[in-house]
Formats: sequence, C-alpha cells, structure tokens
Amino acid sequence: MTMTSLDPVSAVLLIPIVSAALLAVLPGYRLTARLNVVASLLTFVAALSLFVVERPQPGAYVLVDDLNIVFIVLNTFVGFTTSIFSASYIAHELETGRLTPVYLRFYHAMYQIMMFGMNLAFVSNNIGLMWVAVEIATLTTVLMVGIYRTHAALEAAWKYFILGSVGIAFALFGTILVYMAAGPIVGEGQDGMIWTLLIQHAAAFDPALLNVAFIFLFLGYGTKVGLAPLHAWLPDAHAEGPTPISAVLSGLLLNVALYALLRFKILLAANPHAIAPGPLMVTMGLVSLIFAAFMLYRRRDIKRLFAYSSIEHMGIIVFAFGMGGPLANFAGLLHMVMHSLTKSAIFYAVGHISQIKGTQRINRIRGLTVTHPALGWGFVAGVVAIAGLPPLGIFMSEFLIVSSTFARQPLLAIALVFGLLLAFGALTLRLTSVAFGEPRGSKASAEASYVPMLAHIALVLCAGIYLPAPLVVWFQHVARLLG
Amino acid sequence: MQMHSLAFDISHTLAGGLVLISFMMLYQDRLYSLLNVFALHAVVLALSVAWQAYIQDAPHLYITAAIALVFKAIVIPVALHRIVKQLGIHRDIESALSIGPTMLAGMALVALSMVLMLRVTADADPLAREDLAFALSVVLLGLLVMVTRRNAVSQVVGFMSLENGLVLAATGAKGMPLVVEISVAFSILIAFIVIGIFLFRIRERFDSVDVSALDDYRGERR
Repeated sequence: MTMTSLDPVSAVLLIPIVSAALLAVLPGYRLTARLNVVASLLTFVAALSLFVVERPQPGAYVLVDDLNIVFIVLNTFVGFTTSIFSASYIAHELETGRLTPVYLRFYHAMYQIMMFGMNLAFVSNNIGLMWVAVEIATLTTVLMVGIYRTHAALEAAWKYFILGSVGIAFALFGTILVYMAAGPIVGEGQDGMIWTLLIQHAAAFDPALLNVAFIFLFLGYGTKVGLAPLHAWLPDAHAEGPTPISAVLSGLLLNVALYALLRFKILLAANPHAIAPGPLMVTMGLVSLIFAAFMLYRRRDIKRLFAYSSIEHMGIIVFAFGMGGPLANFAGLLHMVMHSLTKSAIFYAVGHISQIKGTQRINRIRGLTVTHPALGWGFVAGVVAIAGLPPLGIFMSEFLIVSSTFARQPLLAIALVFGLLLAFGALTLRLTSVAFGEPRGSKASAEASYVPMLAHIALVLCAGIYLPAPLVVWFQHVARLLG
Repeated sequence: MQMHSLAFDISHTLAGGLVLISFMMLYQDRLYSLLNVFALHAVVLALSVAWQAYIQDAPHLYITAAIALVFKAIVIPVALHRIVKQLGIHRDIESALSIGPTMLAGMALVALSMVLMLRVTADADPLAREDLAFALSVVLLGLLVMVTRRNAVSQVVGFMSLENGLVLAATGAKGMPLVVEISVAFSILIAFIVIGIFLFRIRERFDSVDVSALDDYRGERR
C-alpha cells in the first residue's frame, strides 16, 4: 500500500480516521456536525476520483477492482447524504434532550469510524483484514444503537451484540478454513489470505474444506445480511437507534456483509469440484422474502416496518445471486444499489416524520401529505419505489429477477412473485394510512433539509427510466465475474 | 519422528482439555464457579498456544499466549468477580435448559464437529486437522453456554470461551497471519464493550444484569 497523499484509496481510509479523532475532542454541535458533513464529502470526492486516476496495483492489503469500485462510491455517497440528514436530526435530538453534548461527540466519532470500517471492508484484498473491517463497522453500530440508553435501546444493542458475535465467530472460523484450504497450494503466511492470489489458485483447493468454509461464512456474514432465521437483531437495532444509523444500517452495512459473501461466492465458483452455492442462497433468500413479507402486516412501529422491508429486499438480492447467470447477477447488483438509495431515503423521511409527530407508532401518524406536503410526498415516492412500482429503479431490477427466473425455474418464480405481492400489499396498506386521510398528531413544520431524500429518489427515478451505458457495461462485466 | 508424535500428543491433550473444560462450564450453576472454570479454560488455552508457538517455531504466538494468560485468565475473571459482588448477583444462575438436556446437546455438538471436520479435512496436516475439530467443538460449546444462560455475565463468559475456540483454530492453522492482531482486538472488544459499557449501563437502568429483565421491554411497543 503506497501512502502518498494523492492516493485516493488511502484518502478514503484516512479521512474518516482523522476526522473521527478530531470529532472525538472538538466541542459544540454546529462545528462538529459541519465537520462531519465536510469529512464525508471529502471521502466521497476521494472515492469518485477512483474512476479517473489509475487504479493501484492489487497489494497485500488493498484492492480496487470492478466489483468494489461502485460499492465504494455508493458507500461514501450515502455516507455523505446521511451526514447532512444527521446534522438536522441530531439538532432536534439535542433540543429535546435525548442526546447530551458528550454523547454527541461520541456519536460523531463513531459515525466516522463506522464509515472507515465499511470503506476498509470494500477495499481490502486480504480476507482476514476484510473480516476485521466488517467487525469494526458492526461493533460501532452496536454502540450507536444503544446510545439513547433506554430499556428498549439497551435490549436492542445487547441482542445485536450477542447475535453479531455469533456471526463474528462463524465468519472467522470460515476464514480460517479458507486459509487452510489455500495452505497446501498458495503457501503459508500472508499469501494464503490475499484474495487475488486465492482466486488464481482456487481451482486446485481442497473442495471439501472449501465447502465447509463457505457454509460457515454464509452463516456468519449471513447473520449480518439479516437472512431469515438469523435476522432477530435487525428490526430491534433499526427501531431503537438514532434514525441516521437505521439509514446506514439498511443502506450500507447490509451491503458490506453481502459484498463479503459475494467475494467468497466467486472463490467457490472458481473451484469446479466445490458445491454450487446457488440452492443454499436461493432457499435462504426465498425464506427471508416470504417471512419478512408476512411480518410486514403486523408492524405497528414505522421503523420496524421498514427494517422488515430490508430483510425482504436482502432476501430478493440473495435469491438473485443464488440463481446466478449474467441476467440474474446483473439484476441483483442493480437491486443492491437501488435498495441502498431508496431505503436510506425512506429512513430520512421516517426520521423527520417521527421527530415531528413525536412517535414511531404507525396509527398515530395520519395525513402527512396534507400537513407536510414536501415530506409527505417524498415519503410516498420512497415507499412506491421500495414496493417495486414502475417507473422507479427497483421495479426494473425486480422485473429482471422475476423474468429471468420464469425462464429457468417457473416454480421458484411463482414463490418469488407471491412474496413480492405480499410485501407490496402490506406496504400499500401502511402507506395509505400514514400519508393520506384525516391528519393526526403534531402539525409543526420541520426545520430540516429534504435535499438528501429528494436527491436519492431522483437518482432511483433516473435509473428506472434510463440507465447510463457505462453503468450498464460495468454491471454486465461484474455479473459475468460472479458466475 | 519420535519428537513429532510427542508434539502431536501434547497439543492433542491440551486441545482436548479445552473441550473438557467447556463441558464443565455447561453445568456450573453459580457465577463464581463459572468464572473460576473460565479462568482454567484460559490457562489451558495459553498453554496450548504456547505449545503451538514452540512446535511451529512462531515466536509471535507467545504474545497471544501471554494475552490469554494475563488478560483472560487473571484480569477479566477478577474484574467480573468484583462486578458480580458489587451487583450482589452471586446467587444461582437461571439456565434456560436444565443440566441433563444441556449436556446431551453438548455431546451432540461435539460429535457433530468431530464427524464434520475429520471427514472434510482428510487430506490436511493431521496436527491441524484434529486441532480444528477440537476448536469447532469449543466454539459450539461456547455458543451453547450463551444460548442456555440468561444472565448477562454468563453470556459474556460464554462468548469468551467461544472466542478461545477461535484462537485455538487460528493458532492451529500453521503460519496464519493476523492471529496476534485478532486476539488483541478481541481482548479490547471484551474489555470495552462488554464490561465497561453494557454491564454498567444495564445496571444503571435496571439494577440487575439479568437479561430476562430486559425481555419486558422487548418487541413492539403497543
């Protein structure tokens, strides 16, 4: 890793770390919130410059390739917009006294450390380092979820910690097994963990060891993705933490875990004798989708509702990658990007809504489009997008997944469509009650910027109508890599 | 060859000892004795890691062994002892399952990991192979401790014994990088998150570290 000051990869990692140190000591809300935004913007700019400058050679620790470059940019972009949303959200929390200045410093420092962890997970070329990075990101979010220190927040953080540590353990065990499978071929020491070396020699690895390794990695990272039997932490963590954290949890952290899983899926695909991970992923994906779709009907808390919606969408994405093939992989990648943008936009809206109304209970929120037109219609647009209606981006990716599945496995496609319709019904039901009808609750106007939310929705709309050719080429290229 | 089989036997014995001590954890029904058993677990881990450092000629593993000995076998148990005393919770542990079924479940988990790992790693280095099977058993037994206990302190002990299993696996994999870093990271994690933040906060709010007290607030707020 070259540590020149102009190297964008170092910048993507160093800016969050330096600003975390600064934010931990600097006082005052105005200064720190602005610094948080500026640091996130700089990180985003550094990530964007990866497209222009020459990519660094894959080293022992760092790798920039076609698979991760768009995820790094997406990650820093959503990190940036969330920091803007967070500034207005946190101002309100300070006014109401839910956060004290000391906790504010802690919050901002943790926010940047979390961004560091996620960026590191994306750029790491070393499977051990990637594991460490995912853990840093997870543990900082555990602390953030518990930051309000209410009964519910502590329980959510504890549950997240316990289930997260089981995930930690399984993922590390899987990583050790991959190292052992690589040992006889790649050699001992550092080399046995470098992904670019592993993928070159993967065909010669012991397939049995690789299979078991993948099962552990799938369970370990799958816990973080929020797949159905292992999802119990996810709704609580989303509901009880600060809303900006819910936005990055759903929009970014789930993607990080899924990305780690994809790296290992590629490794497995490179070995002709290893099991095909497809059936496992298809099953877990479908179970998550249908389970979450049913659970959507019983939610009374608005943040919990969208947390279950995240489980549903992660199910769809894992299903798509499980089906495999260029078209389904293409759709899965597109869905990851679209879901990340849409779900964070929805959480921005939900954050403002719950602050205005002073509650997260769905039945106490009514008629938003009447009292708060901009916020209300923004929220409607977000939910319409996440429910998969045309012409927005998620419709396109879901359409591709459904149609490619119908062509190959009609029975699976029926189950998939069933889950999608079920979720669509639940979301429409909740949307009509929240957005329309007789207004209920506080009518106070929000002192907030809706720019991040509207920017995300505009991007999703653009992607639904017209996807730029270079992006399509990139998606197709990566889809082929995924096998 | 003589030396090799001796090395093999000693590491085998130590790893097997860890599995046995994990079993002992399953049936401890008092917090103090659970902590003592955990300290023993950490001592055996330290010996096992030190032995691996010696036979693999990997001096950096001595650091991991030292961390296990000082931090996990002395500092953490002493600190947890004090917390338990301060909180006045040295009464019986309520476990979610009774001892009989828990032991049976433990045996099933060990059998599972032996069958799985020994079958899968047939071609691997025999030393690493058996180590891995034992390590998986320790991991799964740690998980079982976490699942069957409701008390926050004993869940933490379960997590630490699980982590000991991971360290055993990592040191058994010859030449694996980042082992020391990972063990340091885990220790910091345990020190900060578990003891510092969670227990004090939970106590501050509940006057109890029984996680089931938290269950009253779980789920949907209707």
